Amino acid sequence: MGNGGADSRNDPQRQGTRRTFAPWTDPTARALVRFDGVSKQFAAVAAVERVSLDIFPGEFFALLGPSGCGKTTLLRLLAGLDTPDEGRILLDGEDIAPVPPYRRPINMMFQSYALFPHLTVEGNVAFGLKQEGLPKTEITARVEEMLALVRLEGLGKRKPHQLSGGQRQRVALARSLVKRPRVLLLDEPLAALDKKLRGETQFELMQLQERLGLTFVIVTHDQQEAMTVADRIGVMDHGRLIQVATPPEIYERPNSRWVADFIGEVNLIEGRVVDVGASETVIASAAAGRLRALSPTDAKPGDVVWVALRPEKVRIAHAPPPTGGENCVAGQVGNIGYLGDLSVYKVRLDNGIVMKAAVANVTRLVERPIGWDDRVWLTWAPEAAMVLTR
Amino acid sequence: MRKASWFNVGSVALGLAFLYLPIVILVIYSFNASRLVTVWGGWSTRWYIELLADHAMLESAWVTLRIALLSATAATVLGTLAAIALVRLGRFRGRLLFSGMVYAPLVMPEVITGLALLLLFVAVNIDRGFWTITIAHTTLITCFVTVVVQSRLLTFDTSLEEAAMNLGCPPLKTFLTVTLPLIAPALASGWMLAFTLSLDDLVVASFTTGPGATTLPIRIYSEVRLGVKPEINAICSILIAIVATGIAGASLLAKFHDVGRGGIGGLAAR
Amino acid sequence: MTNGAMNKRGEHDRSWGARLIVLVPYLWLATFFLLPFLIVVKISLSHTAIAQPPYTPVFDPAADWESFKGSFSALSFENYAFLGSDWLYLASYLKSLEVAAGSTLLLLLIGFPLAYGMARAPRRWQPVVFVLVVLPFWTSFLIRIYAWINILQRDGLLNQVLLALRIVDTPPAWLSTDTAVYIGVVYSYLPFMVLPIYATLEKMDETLIEAAADLGCPNWKAFWLVTLPLSRPGVIAGALLCFIPIVGEFVIPDLLGSSQTMMIGQTLWTEFFGNKDWPVASAVAVVLLCLLVVPIVIYQQMETRDLAGGR
Repeated sequence: MGNGGADSRNDPQRQGTRRTFAPWTDPTARALVRFDGVSKQFAAVAAVERVSLDIFPGEFFALLGPSGCGKTTLLRLLAGLDTPDEGRILLDGEDIAPVPPYRRPINMMFQSYALFPHLTVEGNVAFGLKQEGLPKTEITARVEEMLALVRLEGLGKRKPHQLSGGQRQRVALARSLVKRPRVLLLDEPLAALDKKLRGETQFELMQLQERLGLTFVIVTHDQQEAMTVADRIGVMDHGRLIQVATPPEIYERPNSRWVADFIGEVNLIEGRVVDVGASETVIASAAAGRLRALSPTDAKPGDVVWVALRPEKVRIAHAPPPTGGENCVAGQVGNIGYLGDLSVYKVRLDNGIVMKAAVANVTRLVERPIGWDDRVWLTWAPEAAMVLTR
Repeated sequence: MRKASWFNVGSVALGLAFLYLPIVILVIYSFNASRLVTVWGGWSTRWYIELLADHAMLESAWVTLRIALLSATAATVLGTLAAIALVRLGRFRGRLLFSGMVYAPLVMPEVITGLALLLLFVAVNIDRGFWTITIAHTTLITCFVTVVVQSRLLTFDTSLEEAAMNLGCPPLKTFLTVTLPLIAPALASGWMLAFTLSLDDLVVASFTTGPGATTLPIRIYSEVRLGVKPEINAICSILIAIVATGIAGASLLAKFHDVGRGGIGGLAAR
Repeated sequence: MTNGAMNKRGEHDRSWGARLIVLVPYLWLATFFLLPFLIVVKISLSHTAIAQPPYTPVFDPAADWESFKGSFSALSFENYAFLGSDWLYLASYLKSLEVAAGSTLLLLLIGFPLAYGMARAPRRWQPVVFVLVVLPFWTSFLIRIYAWINILQRDGLLNQVLLALRIVDTPPAWLSTDTAVYIGVVYSYLPFMVLPIYATLEKMDETLIEAAADLGCPNWKAFWLVTLPLSRPGVIAGALLCFIPIVGEFVIPDLLGSSQTMMIGQTLWTEFFGNKDWPVASAVAVVLLCLLVVPIVIYQQMETRDLAGGR
């Protein structure tokens, strides 16, 4: 089961060493899917603009972005359901433009599942195999195997309208996997599921992907989903690929304010560069005074930059910090969001801007020490700050 | 929650009464033993029996049936193709003219189309009769099928076709194994509509008919011009009965199919 | 049969399959719909003749180019002049337009409440009511008109009831009157008015009425300000679907109407079958078509706009 391709992820000795899977860092590794300057326009709108991207075998890649950013279009271009206006798409080094969608070794799991209402579950799953002209016995065997894999045994004779939403989703998954495609495309597959089921299914997808050694490309607008399942995330906006990196890199080293703001929560403080060192930068800001960030940058003194701070890295206290001056600022608590595991404080600084500080509620208290309208001090370490030039 | 207000129920009831009263009266009088409308002679089936002996009438019925079957089938094929072309093929050269030709018969007075077709047949020197009526009916009816199929195609979920292609099915096969089964009910109602329209047509048939191809409506019409006759009531009642059974049967079938899908779905084990 | 990859590029990549799909109905309609109309126009420009077929000139495909050109020069507008000169035809056109307009109005007045009642019926009953309203449409048109003859003739049911109720002393003649024509037309065309209006009303979002109520509108006002404007497309479609064919109606005025002022459908029929004057009949048809061309085009625009909206 499964074709691992050139990667070593299926090696049993490497089970549990997923963090060492990083073919994109290996200059000799060959991409399975390559987008080369791909553009696509619908009417006068550029849905996809000069996207270049490499996806490696065995990777779980996520395309993330707001609605209308072009991620689904990119997926459909890969599946062959639309053709690019510019650029090439290569599969294993070969241009797949002349290959029609029904001959590509790529399968897709549709957002609406697109199950054939007039066929049973077995009929749906066997559909793709029938097109290959396989002998009946083999088809039956593989269908059974796949239904067991997605835990739908015994439901083979039902029709789609007789299944629950979660079951329909598994049928769609089984149908697209049974042909053992080189790449599996998933178009917002979990959007219709409730939160708990979504969480469970995310892990199931990851396990399935690792076990079968396939390459998955998932499209989602849910950041948490992308961060959970993906080896790498490609963030898109208005048809352009903004940043491609692993989840930790995307979160802790965004390449722009847009990415920093799109993923998770962030405080952005505008300022001018005062001094640039080998590993640290000093910025003067109107809102928060003097800032020191342990974050290298190509900016030069006098340039306008933004310092990005994740709320969980901002400490909040009533007392002023012992070493005053850098990386600290005072304000008044305007709003508190109690999320159970976190408390998020919205603090209005003395000069007007609002900063967020998130604190994990590590002790069981009903009344928190910091309350509304309290005067507080926000501090953070230099390592916590990121300097962004755009 | 909609409640049936008196005004609504009243208007629907009155409307239905208006629609059905003449038909009911006609059926009742077909059983009138007396020939005159003014006199009720008691219940009798003699007109039906006399009808069975009327060879000319039966012959016409047979001709009409054959024409209807042929033209309904041809119209369904043409109408479906036209609907696909209009819904799926986007812009193509001559689309404006095409859609004009497709929709015009819907509203065109039949005297015009009948006249035009007859003139065509005369110009090309085709003998008028069975086949000219069939061709005329097909042309007239295609647009109705197109409207029915087109509205179904518009609501059709194209992601099903994309899924099929994604799974390796070439376009033609996709159409035959995925699209066609799912739009089949629309094709069936289009066919039935076409059949009824052909069965019922008087004007175009009159223009394009020839010797030996007297359709039932033509025959009924010529008799009716001479006045009311109970035999006409009888044949009309038979036709009404056939159509009513057909419609009722089709609706029951459709309802049963829907109930089967929806009801069981509701009870499905989660 | 979307082959998305092929279609979005425009016409160039059109596969042969797609071409065939369009070509087959296209050719059929061009041959049996478009071509006949051109022939009608040509005949309308010809002279009447006692011949088979009863018009000259006849285009002979075997003839040489000279006589072909000669046939063209023999065409004339005399038939149209004839139509204009004789008051009979003018009266016929006017009568048809009058009957069509009047009956369309009646159809609206009767059909709208019916459609509205159907659309507001409890969901369980809707399919039943729908089938009931549509069923008469499936029974023969001719039969239903004939049914009215039964009722409207001098010793028919209507007069029997009126006499029994002492509303009249002598049975009035209902047949061969304009009233009978109106009754027949309204009766036959009611489904054509009801169904488009019903379709539009049924699709209407009921929460709009609730919103109107929330904003202070009593029932009748909500109807006037919200429902009625939103039903406009259905009303227009229904009106066109009725008006245009009624203008050319033949069967109903022939069976139920008088022979004094004939509607244009009857006139055409008489010219053709009675007088065997094919060229004049053709001219009548062409003028009728010209009269109706504006509403027909409006109707087609509405249909294609639906298509575009649906895509």
